Amino acid sequence: MSDRTALLLAIADDELILGWRNSEWTGIAPFLEEDVAFSSIAQNEIGHARALYDLAARELGTTADELAFDRTPDEYRSAPLVELRRLEWARTIARHWLYETADEIRIAALKSSEDPEIAGLAAKIDREEAYHRMHAEMWIDRLLATDEGRTRLNEAIDELWPYALGVLDDGLRPGLAARAQERLGRALPDVEPVPRGTHEAELAELWEEMTSVRRSAPAGSRW
Amino acid sequence: MVTTDEVWDALAEIPDPEIPVISLVDLGVVKDVAIENGTVRVDFTPTFMGCPALEVMQQAMETKIAALGAVPEVRVLLDDSWSTDHITAEGREKLRVAGFAPPTPRPAERMELVQLQRGFRCPYCGSTETKLENLFGPTPCRSIRYCEACRQPFEQFKTI
Repeated sequence: MSDRTALLLAIADDELILGWRNSEWTGIAPFLEEDVAFSSIAQNEIGHARALYDLAARELGTTADELAFDRTPDEYRSAPLVELRRLEWARTIARHWLYETADEIRIAALKSSEDPEIAGLAAKIDREEAYHRMHAEMWIDRLLATDEGRTRLNEAIDELWPYALGVLDDGLRPGLAARAQERLGRALPDVEPVPRGTHEAELAELWEEMTSVRRSAPAGSRW
Repeated sequence: MVTTDEVWDALAEIPDPEIPVISLVDLGVVKDVAIENGTVRVDFTPTFMGCPALEVMQQAMETKIAALGAVPEVRVLLDDSWSTDHITAEGREKLRVAGFAPPTPRPAERMELVQLQRGFRCPYCGSTETKLENLFGPTPCRSIRYCEACRQPFEQFKTI
């Protein structure tokens, strides 16, 4: 597999798995606006995953659906941050902000890629991600505005920070640390990243559910 | 033999699957039409990438072209050539009449939440006393706003 395909799969897997996690709030978010928001963000992320898989599939001689659903959990290249299942609001918002901020740094690098397909797709994805970032920033403002919000956000950031670092390659991590320190107005824990290539136990559970319909249908089924 | 003008006219009859007041041509998603040896090639630029209407649009274009007696080839371009700035003036007016605030022009600089919070025109009463209720709405392309003058919630086509 080329470096290009490995990169496309890593980002596509992040977006697919996070899209799945975001969709877990559908129907049970704390209030209706957030139910709509997290459902819509999930739909966007899965749309981005599909486009990224399409590009990778062309090189691998397969399809987006096969890449999304027919690999074993170990074959996914997602960052552990997106695999965690945390149906708790402060952790959801902390992950949302950490991921969107890391993703913005990654997309900015891809937009200046010399590969026109990668640069073009990154720019297209970025148009939609701008809304995810505005949504995440709005929630950071809200949580930082009260003592309880700040305390709960900080606890969540402490827990998730090593995972957030693991979303990015070495060279891009200092940029994330600088952004987080400035925005959150606090020092970040000095920890080793939880790197891509390892998986959380929750991924296997997610995979069971996500691929169950696909696995229950005979190969070649049409929907 | 079918001409490119006939193909454009046929594509202009296809309504957007989710906002049927505007056509695919109004939406600006047809980037190019080319004809070669009886095959009509359409370059199609997706709008919002997770939009389930994209496949419906693609199939509708194929059906229209086949009805003209040509072989359709719809190419999906995954580049950055579509933005809401490509929606035609006519398309924007059709959106407004149907109760959707059309997208505003894309700013040159990074878009900030504060720019979206106030000042958009209500498609029902024309007041600019409107506020953002939710960045997200019932489909990927829409936000929800509320008009404080006529007390009507309405949908805003997102600018991307």
